[in-house]
Amino acid sequence: MTQPLLQMTNVHKAFGPKKILQGLDIDVAPGKSLVIIGGSGTGKSVSLKCALGLMKPDEGEILFDGEKLKKKKAREAMLARTGMLFQGGALFDSLPIWQNVSFKLLGKSGTSKADAKDHAIETLKKVRLGSEVADLYPAELSGGMQKRVGLARAIATRPDLIFFDEPTTGLDPITADAINDLIVEQVKGLGAASVSITHDMPSARKIGDEIAMLYEGKIIWRGPADTVDDSGNEYVDQFVHGRAEGPIQPAM
Amino acid sequence: MLGLLGEAGRLATFITRVKLAALTPWVFFGETLKQCIRIGYFSLPVVGLTAIFTGAALALNIFVGGSRFNAEQFVPNIVVLGITRELGPVLAALMLAGRVSAGIAAEVGTMKVTEQIDALHTLSTSPFQYLYAPRFWAAVLTLPILVLIADIIGVYGGYLVATGTLDFNGNLYIKNTMDYVTGGDVIGGLIKAAVFGGVVALMGCYHGQNSQGGASGVGRAATLAVVSSAVLIFFSNFLMTTLFTRIGL
Repeated sequence: MTQPLLQMTNVHKAFGPKKILQGLDIDVAPGKSLVIIGGSGTGKSVSLKCALGLMKPDEGEILFDGEKLKKKKAREAMLARTGMLFQGGALFDSLPIWQNVSFKLLGKSGTSKADAKDHAIETLKKVRLGSEVADLYPAELSGGMQKRVGLARAIATRPDLIFFDEPTTGLDPITADAINDLIVEQVKGLGAASVSITHDMPSARKIGDEIAMLYEGKIIWRGPADTVDDSGNEYVDQFVHGRAEGPIQPAM
Repeated sequence: MLGLLGEAGRLATFITRVKLAALTPWVFFGETLKQCIRIGYFSLPVVGLTAIFTGAALALNIFVGGSRFNAEQFVPNIVVLGITRELGPVLAALMLAGRVSAGIAAEVGTMKVTEQIDALHTLSTSPFQYLYAPRFWAAVLTLPILVLIADIIGVYGGYLVATGTLDFNGNLYIKNTMDYVTGGDVIGGLIKAAVFGGVVALMGCYHGQNSQGGASGVGRAATLAVVSSAVLIFFSNFLMTTLFTRIGL
């Protein structure tokens, strides 16, 4: 059996009395795409932040490529092999696009600015953006273009694992579909694994090999993406078909 | 009480981490240089205007006060002492608290709420090294330079008023100023300025990185940065003046 690239076991996280994650178990094999779906406030973003080391879980174990992510060195080694596309892009406003894309390279000694810019332009081409955007600033781009730049930054160092936080939120359906296509193309092209969180079902179906449903801080169902409409789980069924009636109470 | 102690602990930890980041061999030299221009160069007009009007008003006040006991001739001496030892560093730092500390808090706060700081982490970059240490160094290095310029402009403000409206002889005013001021007066003011620069940058970064809750949180962070910078500038000024008086500086 292949060793999972990312493994989260019995992860708990609470903010004061509010329990967010209550025994989360996730594993992702190399080259596989897992999409975590779930309603607002179910802990999707928190699980991603715990995996990335942006938040410390109260309990549980996280392993990357078999290494426990307890020590700083292990977390740094993991971050060197991962990429992340944030929900709002999280591009650095004060830097031009090419510096955003090549930020990780510029931090490393030995990479000249000219090489970093060439690399950024090459990476931008992969997400269908021309070299003319390289010297622009994030505020000069549309939301869809910012998402593409965010994707370019996430894949710029050819990572083994890419995280996507609500990759299509705030985009019109056509742009969202184009972003989904790019994600699939780039992740498969790199042979990378990916973990995405979303509540956009067309996106989940398109980019995931597998889909897992998070509810009350736990994974309550997991299966191949093409079985999500036929899961036999009433929670998944209600969520996937977007019905107000059912066991999940709408967040009001 | 526990909340206050907790806040003091968090602030102390933050300051220690910024200073450690500032002392590591720094990679972000370009970022530090950029901040020196933003914090130092672009603050020149506001600091210069503050200094010239303060020097001018000080000369008038000393003249009025001095004339009550026939001590009008001490205007140049007291203006230069007041400007170099107290008003130059304190007023320049207060202007920086308004212009720079609030700006840093708003910038860092916006980066926090738009996940740019999380993005830095995922790009294997510490915000302490990339964001906070360059701002800290820039403020610590440029405020003394600003204060030195403010000292000169402030004294010139006093000179303009004294020679223009109070019938002082220009050459005599300059001679009295130069004879009376010591290197210790100026150096003491510059040491204060470096400390105030650190305070301004640290408060901006600290409140910015703790901002929460969108636009209102960022606004609150900017307000807190200005208020806490101002209070700490006055407090540290008192401590340093006490110390300098004791050691004869």
